[in-house]
Amino acid sequence: MSRPQAYSDPYVAGTGLGLVLLASYVLAGRGLGASGAFTTVAAKVINAPSLHQSQWLLLEIGGVIIGGFLSALLAGRVQWKVERGSRMSLAFAGGAVMGLGAVLARGCTSGLALTGGALLSVGGWIFMIAAFAGAYALAPLVRRSWL
Amino acid sequence: MTAMLIGIAFGFALERAGLGDSRKLAGQFYFTDLTVFKVMFTAIVTAMLGVFWLARLGVIDLASISVPETYLVPQLLGGLIFGAGFVAAGLCPGTSCVSAATGRADGLAVVFGLFTGVLLCGAAGLGDGHFYNLTPRGTETLPQLLHVPYGVVVFAVVAMALTMFKLAERFKAAS
Repeated sequence: MSRPQAYSDPYVAGTGLGLVLLASYVLAGRGLGASGAFTTVAAKVINAPSLHQSQWLLLEIGGVIIGGFLSALLAGRVQWKVERGSRMSLAFAGGAVMGLGAVLARGCTSGLALTGGALLSVGGWIFMIAAFAGAYALAPLVRRSWL
Repeated sequence: MTAMLIGIAFGFALERAGLGDSRKLAGQFYFTDLTVFKVMFTAIVTAMLGVFWLARLGVIDLASISVPETYLVPQLLGGLIFGAGFVAAGLCPGTSCVSAATGRADGLAVVFGLFTGVLLCGAAGLGDGHFYNLTPRGTETLPQLLHVPYGVVVFAVVAMALTMFKLAERFKAAS
């Protein structure tokens, strides 16, 4: 495969993402989401009716996987990339912690921060500000894993 | 079908921005790469202005779009916890799927971690109960909370975003 292309300009990609979100509002009457697809699968696996379930989000996340792969394929950016053991452990642990946060908050960066943010939802903005605060607060402790 | 098509476009946009790469996302929290902030706020401003003007011009009915429900305390605490997990993982739920789909092993680890966390929460019944339902505010929006016209809040968010974009670019030029 040829050399991977550079990523798009963040303002161009952000405008594209905003138009996708807008299209979702108009065509589906709702915004985007991600953590809801995980809770949907988990609810079925262990029969936990308290977890939020959405067939729509499950299909949407299926699309995200396809779309992400297609975009990377077209740009020559698909490659199997393994990380150090410590990074893998933190990735898994961080994922589990995010799962807890998303269940408590009823959403994640997609369903609350993006979707709620653009609709000026109070909870969307509270979640977004809290998430950035939590990330900056913990960042010094995991710095060695990144820099 | 709509759901899947929207998802494909969503995943495509995230990958184009470089948000399948955990190092790029983590850079936001060490001020070495502000892509997360730029992409997120450009998207929010774009969609916010789109909804505002389409509704104002009568093309869409605002009531036809479902606004996420607000629960102040659970979303504040959940957000803090989520953020802590985010900087450790370097990816959020949506971007972890893109990362895994493009062949990154750490993306796959985040996907498994998320699933495990959510599964444990379900087993513990955290998706319901006293704390989960504390401080409900329904579909309240900032204009309603602040008693300020919709257009004024939209203008304020745009002004804030543009100011922060300018700071971000100046920061990049200085570093």
